[in-house]
Amino acid sequence: MKIPRFMGYRRGNGKVGVRNHVVILPLDDLSNAACEAVANNIKGCLALPHHYGRLQFGEDLELFFRTLIGTGSNPNVAACVVIGIEPEWTNIVVEGIAKTGKPVADFHIERHGILKTVEAASRKAREYVLYSSELQREPCTVDELTVSIKCGESDTTSGLAANPAVGKVVDRLVSLNATVMFGETSEVTGAELLLKDRAATPEVGEAFHKMWSSYNDFILGQGVDLIGSQPTKGNIAGGLTTIEEKALGNIQKIGTSRYVGVLEPAEAPTGKGLWFMDTSSAAAEAVTLWAAAGAVIHLFPTGQGNIVGNPIVPVIKLTANPATASTMSEHIDVDLSGMLRREIDLETAGDMLMEMLLRVANGRFTSAEVLGQREFVITKLYRSA
Amino acid sequence: MEGERTVANSAKFCVHHKNDTVGVAVSEILAGETVEGWVMDSSDTLKITARANIPLGHKIALADFAKGDQVIKYNEPIGFAVSEIKIGEHVHIHNLRSARW
Repeated sequence: MKIPRFMGYRRGNGKVGVRNHVVILPLDDLSNAACEAVANNIKGCLALPHHYGRLQFGEDLELFFRTLIGTGSNPNVAACVVIGIEPEWTNIVVEGIAKTGKPVADFHIERHGILKTVEAASRKAREYVLYSSELQREPCTVDELTVSIKCGESDTTSGLAANPAVGKVVDRLVSLNATVMFGETSEVTGAELLLKDRAATPEVGEAFHKMWSSYNDFILGQGVDLIGSQPTKGNIAGGLTTIEEKALGNIQKIGTSRYVGVLEPAEAPTGKGLWFMDTSSAAAEAVTLWAAAGAVIHLFPTGQGNIVGNPIVPVIKLTANPATASTMSEHIDVDLSGMLRREIDLETAGDMLMEMLLRVANGRFTSAEVLGQREFVITKLYRSA
Repeated sequence: MEGERTVANSAKFCVHHKNDTVGVAVSEILAGETVEGWVMDSSDTLKITARANIPLGHKIALADFAKGDQVIKYNEPIGFAVSEIKIGEHVHIHNLRSARW
């Protein structure tokens, strides 16, 4: 099979990106203002404000560091400025990102104040934007891509058409030796035994089932159920009734592929093929985790019209719902509503989506990018100290 | 082939699997309307008379259910009937409940 090619950015560590961002990354909530000031001073860079980074501990703190380091390390990022209130945690993130070989610098506000920090960080950001502006795209092959998949505001049209179309692309990507990540732990409930059997080996299936059970036990341990949250109100409006029905529609996205391993949140895959990551089903949280694990493009089928984007990863939006395709057309990159009228068959839908994936890899903006949908949402496991 | 396409295009609901007991409306179905459905795995067609309005994306019963009967979609259980459901009725949160939560 001929491997499709595209023009991408090959980074110093060999990883391939499809965007060329200079990121101004706050270590903590206190440093958001400084990062936004830098991004305002220097055109062509991007601040990623978020809510956390203070008094976190244990597994939650590890996930926080993994998310920030992974975000800065993502191949869609050319260079990164990190600003924190104090140097110690800031340095942990900077040292993590520096392992990729890309330019990264740290600034901290204590003993300097925000104004001096912003000036110094702006000078560095200027240098990085000038540097990144001369980086050139070069020929790359699809096996060098890491893609994540997740659906949102799903309805029955997702399970009928949009998700199977993603499944076609996933099968193609996996057969071309690319890397694909899926997840949504709560949302595979009802299909967890089917999914356990879709692992490449029984050991991987067990590892998945253990991950799923741990989440399910957490829900049960809260003495609650997810009625009202899963399915969402939007799902119900679209005709989805139960979590089992939603889950069976959800797993259409992995086509006929088998997953080769399971990942902790924001953990990077260690090889090619399809991987399950333990993620929330909330769109922005999940996409942020996959971006931190190295995904450079995300495929997002929607039924009722979830509009999520990500600051560093282009999110390709597709729908098979004719009402969504017409009333929310500015959000939709691939309109598959013809599938329900049987004007487009599944193979053609897969071709259309694969073509858009390659166009976006070559630099075509997604609807979410041009509309400024830049949700960067850190997953927090529990209360801070 | 041309004949097949005509049949397929007139389908107002889809059925994922031949064992399914519900179908999904792919265009608005009105109460009293007799509509054709397309069974996706076997490419069979079937006809059902709707007993209620079924909005696009919502489910239509392809069988009679007693209270407690499993409802099958994708050839898998998606929950159970919480009341009697007659063939052609709208199947949703008022008469179908998850077995999980």
